[in-house]
Amino acid sequence: MYLAKVYVTYKPSILDPKGEAIKDALHRLDYENVAAVTLGKYFEIKLTAGEKSLAEQVDEMCDRLLANVNMETYRYEITELEA
Amino acid sequence: MKFAIPVFPGSNCDYDLLNALRDCLHTPADLVPATTTDLSGYDAVILPGGFSYGDYLRSGAIARFAPVMTAVKAFANSGKPVMGICNGFQILTEAGLLPGALQANESSKFICQVSALHVSNTDTRFTTAYARHQDIKLPIAHGEGNYYCDDATLAELKAHNQIVFEYVDNPNGSVANIAGIVNRRGNVLGMMPHPERAVETILGSVDGLGIFDSLLMNHVQGDAHVENR
Repeated sequence: MYLAKVYVTYKPSILDPKGEAIKDALHRLDYENVAAVTLGKYFEIKLTAGEKSLAEQVDEMCDRLLANVNMETYRYEITELEA
Repeated sequence: MKFAIPVFPGSNCDYDLLNALRDCLHTPADLVPATTTDLSGYDAVILPGGFSYGDYLRSGAIARFAPVMTAVKAFANSGKPVMGICNGFQILTEAGLLPGALQANESSKFICQVSALHVSNTDTRFTTAYARHQDIKLPIAHGEGNYYCDDATLAELKAHNQIVFEYVDNPNGSVANIAGIVNRRGNVLGMMPHPERAVETILGSVDGLGIFDSLLMNHVQGDAHVENR
């Protein structure tokens, strides 16, 4: 069994109003040194090895569903889980 | 002219649309479940507004894989008219039937108001009933209606006259004030404003009628002959 950790975030050109709101809230909590906050999505996908390589599969999952490639970018790590 | 209105779990403007088509325009229309795989017998499909699948992941991202969407894609590819309103527009972009994407409003607020729109292209089968350069008022109600596309896509949209509705006073940060676009072929329209909520004087505006009137008019004249110019 493998674990894919997938991180989806907005492209820099895309507005992130939720991140901005969180940044403002942190400033109100006196964390004046917070310069930027980006809010993204995190997925943990457990999967078994199939015919396609895992990386190829996860790439496909991201392109087809997990991310909207018009607005978002993604990266992932795949590790083998101990039995 | 018979309309199909696919209903996804979480759609909530389906009955408004049904009311507009059946009771105001006196044209046959059916609500069809998201599990439908056959749209034969219908002349147009309109994806209603709402929060399909709870907007989980992204607006429209899950609805795009509902069984009915395979049929909607085939329907659109055959040149028949397909329209998406609000969440319907979001679904059409997620499905790749229209370019770009809808991101969160610039203000991060859900906006519910009447917006003035400029009908920028009256040569589509959805807009021939409007006068050239007509300004209309339609309700908007969305949290993620901020149309985004990259510069190359925007240039394409402009070059092929695909921008159909523009906000007079941009409420959400949309690129180029875009409120509605058609595909290059001109048979798929996506728009954030709600024409189905502006079809009776008691609703405060009848400016939405033009879209449905255009569809009916162009269907009678022989479907698919009004191409996007």
